[in-house]
Amino acid sequence: MKRSNEPVFWALFGAGGMLSALTGVALVFVTGIGVPLALLLSPELMSYVNMLAFAQHWLGKLVIFAVIALFLWHATLRILLLLHDFGIRAGPASALIGNGLALLCTLAAAYLLLALGF
Amino acid sequence: MTDGNKIIEMEVLRYRPEQDQEPFYQSYEVPFLDDWSVLQGLQYIKDDLDGTLSFRWSCRMAICGSCGMMINGVPGLGCRSFLRNYYPGKLRVAALEHFPIERDLVVVVDDFMNKLAQIKPYLIPKQVRALDQGEYLQTPRQLEQYRQFSTCINCMLCYAACPQYGMNTDFTGPGILALMHRYNADSRDDGRAQRMELGHADAGVWGCTAVGYCSEVCPKDVDPAHAINQNKMGSAIDYFLRFVKPRGASQ
Repeated sequence: MKRSNEPVFWALFGAGGMLSALTGVALVFVTGIGVPLALLLSPELMSYVNMLAFAQHWLGKLVIFAVIALFLWHATLRILLLLHDFGIRAGPASALIGNGLALLCTLAAAYLLLALGF
Repeated sequence: MTDGNKIIEMEVLRYRPEQDQEPFYQSYEVPFLDDWSVLQGLQYIKDDLDGTLSFRWSCRMAICGSCGMMINGVPGLGCRSFLRNYYPGKLRVAALEHFPIERDLVVVVDDFMNKLAQIKPYLIPKQVRALDQGEYLQTPRQLEQYRQFSTCINCMLCYAACPQYGMNTDFTGPGILALMHRYNADSRDDGRAQRMELGHADAGVWGCTAVGYCSEVCPKDVDPAHAINQNKMGSAIDYFLRFVKPRGASQ
């Protein structure tokens, strides 16, 4: 019987799920509540200068890339599975659109992060 | 036969292929005692009300796996569900979902039986021991690796619960994938590679979308969803490492 290629997407899905479970809530708080409302955090924390410096450090790049790319791969498969479980058969077209979009955004994130320089 | 204090209405799905165009519900008034199971209700119907009703049963104690049926839309064993829990409402009993109906509550189990044979549900030892070499020894810890998954009674409730199997019966399904894990995880067994040819496929562990309803309805706490998830991890590792592993390595 033909081996499934699902492990590739499942691994990305699993990594994204783990990462979002560990950091998702904190990220929503920091970027959406804490910094904008100056609640517990300084508004300066996410100033342009600070964020640029963060994105120019190799570790910062890695963190931003992982959060963007893995969250997307996780969301893609989650949506496809949800459609499937609702009885909407996720055919090759929807898988292509979903995974294609995730791949496109992954490449774009990598390109933009590298373009920012070190 | 009973005190007749309580009477519950049981609606039972009927289908006799030689006379019925399609399945329909037939209603019966069943007097019952507090300790009566749904299966006993059906037996009362067959013995005292309507001898034409067909259903499978054997042990009456949740070990033979014969009396799986839809009870108010939920997969359950007739012998393990009690009429008192549905009284004073009425009770709808139907054949297990996702299987063709042979007659009344009796379903065709051929697909399940064929798939069961495919995963080689028996120990495949690396080296067969002669009788005078004694038993295949196993520690309690090794036993714990698979014990939970060995308590499956093939009642097929998990198949009636599984939306993936309902959509596409190519999927091997929860119970049999759990049994595959039961043998793969057994320290005495060396048949993993043979079984995982099916396990690695789309119809194998990758057909599951982790809904988890199979584990919820399982009357023996086998937890097929857990077994499948463990095998997804194993299958994924194998997928990526198969190129670097030396040929002939086990697993």
